[in-house]
Amino acid sequence: MLRVTAPSLGKALVVVEMINGKVSPATLSAITAASKVGPVTALVASAAAKDAAQVLAKIKPLASVLTAVGEQYNHGLPEEYAPLIDAAVRANGYTHVFAGTSAFGKNVIPRAAAKQGCMPIPEVTEVKDEHTFVRETYAGNAITTIKSSDKIKYCTLRGTAFEHAEEEGGSAVVEDFPATPAAGKSSFVEDQLSSSDKPDLATATTVISGGRGMKNGENFKMLEDLAAPLSAAVGATRAVVDAGYVPNEMQVGQTGKTVAPNFYLACGISGAIQHVAGMKSSKVIAVVNTDAEAPFFQIADYGIVEDLFKVVPALTEKIKAGGRR
Amino acid sequence: MFRTLPNYLKVAVCVKRVVDYTVKVRVKDNKVQTANSKMSVNPFDEIAMEEAIQLREKKVADEVIAITIGNKKADEVLRTALALGCDKAMHVVVPDAAAESVEPLAIAQILQKIHEEIKPDIWILGKQAVDGDFGCTAQLLAGLLDAAQGTFASKVEVKGTKVNVTREVDAGRQVVELSMPCVLAADLRLNTPRFPKLPNIMKARKKPVETRDVATLGVDITPHLTTQTVTEPTIRKAGVKVKTVDEFYNKLHEAKVI
Repeated sequence: MLRVTAPSLGKALVVVEMINGKVSPATLSAITAASKVGPVTALVASAAAKDAAQVLAKIKPLASVLTAVGEQYNHGLPEEYAPLIDAAVRANGYTHVFAGTSAFGKNVIPRAAAKQGCMPIPEVTEVKDEHTFVRETYAGNAITTIKSSDKIKYCTLRGTAFEHAEEEGGSAVVEDFPATPAAGKSSFVEDQLSSSDKPDLATATTVISGGRGMKNGENFKMLEDLAAPLSAAVGATRAVVDAGYVPNEMQVGQTGKTVAPNFYLACGISGAIQHVAGMKSSKVIAVVNTDAEAPFFQIADYGIVEDLFKVVPALTEKIKAGGRR
Repeated sequence: MFRTLPNYLKVAVCVKRVVDYTVKVRVKDNKVQTANSKMSVNPFDEIAMEEAIQLREKKVADEVIAITIGNKKADEVLRTALALGCDKAMHVVVPDAAAESVEPLAIAQILQKIHEEIKPDIWILGKQAVDGDFGCTAQLLAGLLDAAQGTFASKVEVKGTKVNVTREVDAGRQVVELSMPCVLAADLRLNTPRFPKLPNIMKARKKPVETRDVATLGVDITPHLTTQTVTEPTIRKAGVKVKTVDEFYNKLHEAKVI
């Protein structure tokens, strides 16, 4: 092992989010980020925490896994998680508490931070050192480096900014952690999840998005046809989500999901600040728009001023005919 | 602890004055330049206010109190709140020098103090302010109050002494039931805010706003996070515009993305 000469190494806790028995991609990114500050412990809580621990123990950068078994943790309710995180912090003296930037992480981490009077640091894009972090403000128009004076740093880490931790080859020590009593201030009623067998928007390598230029919801079928051979995810702008063309969870932007795929194809999207904030870290950006003045062309690597109803089907044909890549 | 009589709920709503969301801010001299920028009510807070007013219109709530924390000029967002129909307004005045660096934690601690005083049954905040993009004040407040939280709320239904909240989560929606008092954070999907009517704007100018000096609340507003540098994001340059679909395909193929 490489000896680090820093005066004091941190001790990090990563709060794990499991999705259908798998570690969420955002959690894997958080583990990578956490390994920069010191040895990493993962905390997993649910009725099936022991099963999850088997999956987690193999993740390479993890030193240990804490399991808290309890029904009350099953739906990620922050009222139940925050006391558990706090108990773990008090028992083991962690200096950093991390989670991925997801609806779960954003909900839980600040509440846990409040218990210690610490100021949470949301959506970190870079860990400079134990105390210094980089994040974006003003819809990604300013990059801010901040230093925290808190004794414990509570952060959510932007999944697209960190590599995923390796899921094999590790041998973390698994330990039980006593469950906290159920808080009972809130209860889970139901999940209304969109069933989708398509790639996850936040982690897809290719994203094809539609904006107002799509005209209606049915036309999104056209984007799906193009997405299928590319194994791409389909995204959307706030305007089309608001218009009810597609469900909310497809929204890319400041208030939706942040994506950073290898390739982002924007169809009929003008490129408003709020949308661009959610995708400007994409490696290659291509834009199809009839309006040559659309702001999106100013940041696109490739652009075509043409009707998307011509371009998208033609691309689909060519990809199907040409045998991709 | 809190009033449990149904139909007589007190709702507190928090409003922040921010640089208008359509303004593209510039970074200069290691600082975001906000002087002379158009300012307005944080869009998520407009939604929070609308929800509070709707709760009163549905006779679920009988009192809506709007609160802002900021310098003198922040007063104008409370005028909007009063014009929209909020019953009372409270302004926690922060000196100009400190106003820009008040962190969500300090805001939540100030709101905690106000909670002890006014004891609302429901707090409604926006899910994030579009300047700092922190998105954590509601969670911090709920944590400090040890109250239930309903973040990213797209639907709110008061059922007796409980509040059912539909939350926007990564893969769809989640419905949770919260005990009161609770803290809600409004998502864009919650409602469509109304515009204040001119006569109401005129009337709102005359309504009293209760002002508090932040120093009297006994909350330490010293920032925990110090900004070391602020830079512009790396600027992407415009690439090439092509004329035909064939050319477009070829370029993308060459770039090995399709």
